[in-house]
Parts: sequence; structure tokens; C-alpha cells
Amino acid sequence: MQQVDLAVIGAGPAGLAAAVEAATHGVRPVVFDENYRPGGQLFKQIHKFFGSREHLAGIRGFRIGEKLLADAYRLGIEVKLGATVYGLFPDRQLEVVCRQQKLSYQAQKIVLASGASENTLSFPGSTLPGVMSAGAAQTMINVNRVLPGKKVLMVGTGNVGLIVSYQLLQAGAEVACLIDAAHQLGGYGVHAAKVRRAGVPLKLGYTIVEAHGEEEVSAATIAKVDEKFQVIPGTEETLEVDTICLAVGLTPLTELAWITGCKFTYIPGLGGHVPVHNRDMETTVKGFYVAGDVTGVEEASTALEEGRLAGVAVAEALGYLDAGAAREKKAEIWRRLDQLRTGPFGSKRKQFKDSLIKEWSEYEQS
Amino acid sequence: MSKVRVKQHPILGPQEEGQWVTIYFNGKPIKARKGEPIAASLYAAGIRVFRYTKRFQEPRSLFCGIGRCTDCMMTVNDVPNVRTCITPVEEGMRVEQQKGLGQWSEKNATS
Repeated sequence: MQQVDLAVIGAGPAGLAAAVEAATHGVRPVVFDENYRPGGQLFKQIHKFFGSREHLAGIRGFRIGEKLLADAYRLGIEVKLGATVYGLFPDRQLEVVCRQQKLSYQAQKIVLASGASENTLSFPGSTLPGVMSAGAAQTMINVNRVLPGKKVLMVGTGNVGLIVSYQLLQAGAEVACLIDAAHQLGGYGVHAAKVRRAGVPLKLGYTIVEAHGEEEVSAATIAKVDEKFQVIPGTEETLEVDTICLAVGLTPLTELAWITGCKFTYIPGLGGHVPVHNRDMETTVKGFYVAGDVTGVEEASTALEEGRLAGVAVAEALGYLDAGAAREKKAEIWRRLDQLRTGPFGSKRKQFKDSLIKEWSEYEQS
Repeated sequence: MSKVRVKQHPILGPQEEGQWVTIYFNGKPIKARKGEPIAASLYAAGIRVFRYTKRFQEPRSLFCGIGRCTDCMMTVNDVPNVRTCITPVEEGMRVEQQKGLGQWSEKNATS
């Protein structure tokens, strides 16, 4: 069994940021990711980020990924790809399968940054080839550069639905329509405006009724819904599309957190069950930290900051950073996080995230 | 190369030439870009039915694209249930549309 200072699970923005931050102070991390490409979902984000300059606003997601990776390699961080962490045992023991080989590690600290997966939606025909998550379509066009289909119906007008629709257009696909069962837009107006300017109809108060096709999607029926989200008979219309993208939210990938026995709470606004943590991102299991979407679905920019926070906390706990220096660094990161969690969407997230931290303290005191 | 490959892109620019390999879908040769996920090569070749379910023989394809949902499983080089959305193509790879849970070949079924 190999001994390591820090095991980071997930090589997306949160995991890489945690590893880079910890390594900057002298910690020797190993990063595991089951994918063969590092970067998590950063490399499919070809749009510019929001926020202020210090939040890397105006920079496209994949550029941030390239910078993080360059930092990781410069610091000599070991990034194990094609490596699935399938078990966590007491005393921070990790069991890993890497390219058909079984590996065992014992880590002084663990940062879990496993991210989130997209939700699905059940309707007749929803399992047909051609129905896919919006994120899968985004990977296909922006990373693999293959169109998932020629004519797309997008279900969901949150930022994922809006951004992926626009990126499908950029890649050369046709977007027939965007629909959302809600009667108001789910994401930012600025993203919706881009889609609207391209002439794509955006229908609010609409749901998908059925996907048609024998072996693959060949059409979709949509219909208007009332205030209680019930289909209004007679409003059905059928669109000729070969692809249906679902952008209906994400759920944190928490399996590895559950098996550690750390305390969870249920916050629908963060995507469901999430592990509670303190201001160092440490859970109720000592030495086991979380960062990014696994502890509440937010954005790549907040995932980066949470990763850094965990990285600093780990460096401090392992004696690589003195308390004063660590306090200053953490305060700086928290200031940026608080800035990111403002505005109509962000302030709600801040409320939820604050309650996670409150629940951690209550648990520790009980 | 098919029309569904995004060769020009307003943000990402022209696609790098890259290396091409040949893989086999149900025995039929397909051009694939080295290193891309199997699912991408198949979509580029116009193939979207990856497997049929065990009980009702319903078609399935790529869904989540991040290796979580297992809808895209196929039999690759005689190994069943390979997640094609995160498995990179390699020269000569044999990719079979999978029926049900697939079958281990004798060669791979040892131990």
C-alpha cells in the first residue's frame, strides 16, 4: 500500500485547484480521475465566465482548464487517469482500479471532488437513442467535435440549456426550439438573448410529451402546461427533430462521501443530498474534505475557490502552512466566494451553503 | 469523413488533423480519430444504436457522456459492458452492438 500526503478524487476544477494549492505549499498530492482526460467538465465550456477579473471573468472555460493543468504539471503533481476510486475505508484508505490493475493507497488527507451528474426526465420515448443530456451533447460538439444530431429540441432553459443551445448553433446544428415547463426563464437573460437573436424560439410553459421513433428519435411532441404543470389538451405540436437534449438540473455524485459515514443534509436548491462541511471544507469525518459540485451544484468558478480552500486547509493541517498565513489565505478565498455568491441566483446559493456550514457546527457540538 | 464532424468552429478554430485509425463496428470498418471516445467515432459514422436491453430489446445509446449512466455500454474487443462514452478508440478495436448484458468470450472469461 502506498502512503500519500493527500489523495484528491476528481481532476475537474475543484480537484485540480485543491491539488495545485496544496502542492504550492509543499504537500505531495496524487489526483485520481476515472476519465482518460483531466479537466472534468472545464474543457467543454467554451463560453466566457462571468464575475470580476479576479474570478477569471471573460476567460473561456477550457483556457482555465489548460492553465490549471499546466500548474499541476509544473508542480509535479501526479495525476492518475483512467483510475476509478471504488472504495474508501477507515483511516483514509483508498481502493483504486487503474487500467485493469488494483491499487491501494493510504492518505493523510482526502479531498473528494467528484462533481455532479445530470438529471434525466421520464416521458414516453425518453430512452430512445437521440435523447441525451445537454452536457453529453456539449462534450460531443466542443471536445469531440462531432454533432450529436442535425436538429435539436432543448428541454430546459437554465444556463446549461441556454448555453448548450447556443453552442450547438456555433457547431453547425439546428436548434428547433427551447422549452421549459416553468413560466419564466431558468437562466441568465444574456444567454437567452443570444439564442433568441439567432432566431430560435424559446417557449416557456411548455413540456415534452413524447419522443417518437422506432430505433432513434425522429420527432418530439411538446405541449403547453398550466400553472400546475399539467398538459393543456389541444396544445400539442410535433416537431421534426432527431435529437432531444435534457437540461433539467444536476445531482451531486456523493457515493464516495456516503460510504465514509460523514453527515449529510438535504437541500434541493443544491441538487439534493449533500455532505455538510465547515469553512475549511472538511466534513464530519476528520481528514475527509469535499469541494465543488459534490457538496452543492454551483459553477466552475465556485468549484475552483472551494478546491483552493480545501488545498490551503490541508496544507495547514499537515503543517506546511502556519496558522496565520493559512488564516489570511482562507479569508481571501472566502471574500472571493462571497462575491461569486451574490445576485439573484448566487445569493440563494450562499444561503444554502451557509446552512451546510451551520449544520456542520451543530453536529460537532451535539 | 462524415458531415457531422465539426471541422470549422467560430471559437475553437479549425480542427487539428490528428491521427486516424480504423475500428470495426459489428465487423464493418470505420474511420476514427485516435483518442476520441468510441461513442464519438460511432456518432460521426451515423451510428446511434449502441445496444439492446436485456428484457425488452429496446435500443439504447449515449446519454450522460460522463461514464455514469451506462446506457452506452457495448462489447469492445470481446469485453462486454464497456462504457463507450469515456473509452478512447485504438487502432483495430472491435466494437459490437451489445445484446442484453453481453457475453464474455472464452479468452476473457478466465479466472
